[in-house]
Amino acid sequence: MSEDGISKEPMLEMYLFEGNQLVEQLEDIIIKCEKDKRFEMGAINEIFRIMHTVKGSSAMMMFNHIGSVAHSMEDLFFFIRANQNIQLNFARLSDLVLSGIDFIKAEMHKIEQGHAADGLGDDLIDEIKTLLTQMKKSYEDQHATPAVVSNSSPDGTKTKYYISSYKTPPEENAANIKYCVRVFFDEDCQMENIRAYMVVNNLQDIVNELYHIPADMIDNEQSADIIRDNGFLICFSTAVSYAEVESALNQTAFLRKMDINQVDHYPAEITALHRKREIVLEDTPEADRYPQSENLETSKEGDPRTSNNRQQNIISVSVAKLDMLMDIVGEIVISEAMVTKNPDLAGLQLEGFSKAARQLRKLTDELQDIVMSIRMVPVSMVFHKMNRIVRDMSKRLAKEVDLEIIGETTEVDKNIIDHLSDPLMHLIRNAMDHGLECKEERMGTGKPSIGKITLEAKNAGGDVVIIVRDDGKGLNRDKILNKARQRGLVHKPEHELTDKEVFSYILLAGFSTNEEVTEFSGRGVGMDVVTKNIEKIGGSIAIESAFGKGTEIFVKIPLTLAIIDGIEVSVGKSRYTIPTISIRESFRIDEKDVISDGDGNELIMIRGQCYPVLRIHRIFNIKNAVTTISDGIMVMIESDSKTACLFVDKLVGEQQVVVKALPRYLKKVQGIAGCTILGDGGISLILDINGILERQLS
Amino acid sequence: MVTTKMAEVLSDYVETAEDTQRGKFLTFSIGKEVYGFEIKYVTEIIGIQEITEVPELPNYVKGIINLRGKIIPVMDVRLRFKKEAREYNDRTCIVVIDIRDISIGLIVDHVAEVLVIPSENIVPPPAVKTGFHNRYIKGIGKVGTAVKLLLDCDKLLNDEEIDTINKTV
Repeated sequence: MSEDGISKEPMLEMYLFEGNQLVEQLEDIIIKCEKDKRFEMGAINEIFRIMHTVKGSSAMMMFNHIGSVAHSMEDLFFFIRANQNIQLNFARLSDLVLSGIDFIKAEMHKIEQGHAADGLGDDLIDEIKTLLTQMKKSYEDQHATPAVVSNSSPDGTKTKYYISSYKTPPEENAANIKYCVRVFFDEDCQMENIRAYMVVNNLQDIVNELYHIPADMIDNEQSADIIRDNGFLICFSTAVSYAEVESALNQTAFLRKMDINQVDHYPAEITALHRKREIVLEDTPEADRYPQSENLETSKEGDPRTSNNRQQNIISVSVAKLDMLMDIVGEIVISEAMVTKNPDLAGLQLEGFSKAARQLRKLTDELQDIVMSIRMVPVSMVFHKMNRIVRDMSKRLAKEVDLEIIGETTEVDKNIIDHLSDPLMHLIRNAMDHGLECKEERMGTGKPSIGKITLEAKNAGGDVVIIVRDDGKGLNRDKILNKARQRGLVHKPEHELTDKEVFSYILLAGFSTNEEVTEFSGRGVGMDVVTKNIEKIGGSIAIESAFGKGTEIFVKIPLTLAIIDGIEVSVGKSRYTIPTISIRESFRIDEKDVISDGDGNELIMIRGQCYPVLRIHRIFNIKNAVTTISDGIMVMIESDSKTACLFVDKLVGEQQVVVKALPRYLKKVQGIAGCTILGDGGISLILDINGILERQLS
Repeated sequence: MVTTKMAEVLSDYVETAEDTQRGKFLTFSIGKEVYGFEIKYVTEIIGIQEITEVPELPNYVKGIINLRGKIIPVMDVRLRFKKEAREYNDRTCIVVIDIRDISIGLIVDHVAEVLVIPSENIVPPPAVKTGFHNRYIKGIGKVGTAVKLLLDCDKLLNDEEIDTINKTV
């Protein structure tokens, strides 16, 4: 099945996807809880559920270390859940959970990279266990009689029970109610047997005994077919309420339908199985609860689609497939042009054809838009990762910081978002380490004692601007200038340098004004890496700062990399595409307007400004190109405050092009960003203006 | 059971496909010599078509072509072997090969035939490096009285040593 080479083992991929998502969710919850300085019941339940799922799926995938770390965390939160009024050591607890998260993340990353998940979580588990024992002990000290404490919640409709000591052997409970549930999954949800296993897994904690048909769903692949056709039959007895059973079952993903019946006796097929084989539960039922007083509906036939619809509206698709779709759509756009602008049709009066062609064009345009929109993802994922960074650093640097996130719903292409996380992380670190002052210093300058970092995303034309803003001490122009002078970077008279130019020195490699090297920054590597990463995705960085007031860093990134507007030009036999964004104007000039300096460099004067002339045919060594200036055309290009005039043979036309990478076999050519297929089937190379300016002007 | 059967059928299929390809070589000529390489690498053979030049490539990589929407580089094997360039004509072919996920077109004078050369008729090339393109030759196949030079596609694509040496000299 994996001939296309894009799908890893589907189970593994699913595991990693779900695992990563869960762990990130968990991280969010923990950070939020820590900020609020309390764990709410909902949050504890959620954490417990997440750890439980991670444990289950890791054990299923045989990643035992991840499983056991998750298990110990699950135990911990089980205890917390059961004993809500316990004193919690917040800092210790969140640190532990976060290091657990880091462990799981690191292991999952290893698995993703195809390495073995060989990290040992023993130390971590020990630590968690110690905490748990401590908590238990302090709890027991608090409650001299570890008996069952019952407690009515204020609204009185539901009763909560606190379970006394952890893992007391279950008492025989006569009030178990027997249920018979038949679960149907969505068609095409695939891996029904695994999903069935997950259902069982979800139930394990609340049931006393459990039987299901098919019984051997994990080992037997055909069980998926059986479940698809007949549904998955589970019979169990439990002491919890109908509502709890229902909600536990509702956690199941891809649930289409389930019938929950309360029965006195298990159906015959189950009793038969019962005798044959007992299902041993992973955990012995940990908690006994008092019989529920609520009246249970005895049966609820054909329960309609329950509240699980939220999961069904979203599917996860591998990015490789989207890339393929994008390629195909690109092809369609090109073929459409090849058909409708076919030279064979030239000069013919075809009214019906042009109508149909117009319709086709409209549809392909729409198709293209839709595919593009599929690939757009909000930046919120990346932004929320920063919460963790801020938390960790504020602890270690002892700076209190408030992170404000604005415009997290702004969407950018998936390709771009993947490259955004590292640079942003770096900028945030810089802001925390160098930007924000320590508490005393802040108080001294009359600033609020808690520092503030704002992370903002917004749309601006065809770009997205991400702003990292801090209210720290700002950049010191003189200090930067000094350092730049030392390193011999200043080529202009100093009074002519704008602030923007001075600040942009810190983006250069090896430039750090920080005297001390800290754990996080100051080594002068970093800002240049940030710049490189941002430039790689076609973006740019600008810095604004007011000394003593704060710094703002603007990261401008394109919405998408896949389609650009371009002007096509020809040079000799070759055709090149210049991104329209970088073009300022184009014009013809006379031979005499070009001034040559001694070294063979050419310049022209336009409206009193002098620009270098770059001849494409010279840069790329193209034969048979126009060499007489007056026969060709000049295109003024601009990028990152550098400007030059490109000399080409002629302009061919303007069009939207689908950017394709050059084959991997060819080495990267500086100045060429990729290529695109033209309407006539020919290939045009896309110029990388930044690259050209860099290679020619520096 | 269904899946296991499927798997069997599939593996049978793969085996037969490999079996039918084993020992088969596509031969082509460059000048007077006849070269060959294993047919399992060959995706298709097309006539010469318009090649888009890409700057800064070694002279034997002529550029890129649009193969039904896929962009692949093309290499002139003649130039790769440091032979004299020749005008392309209607017998000139591009043999598209696929090796370790790299697709590349090889420009050859003309494609001859597909030959079965049993492994006992293949001898290793002489150890003495007489000509420089010995390094691209994996073996020498005997077919009757004729001799076919069997190429190592991997080396043909990835051997950069010589070029770097030439550049530094």
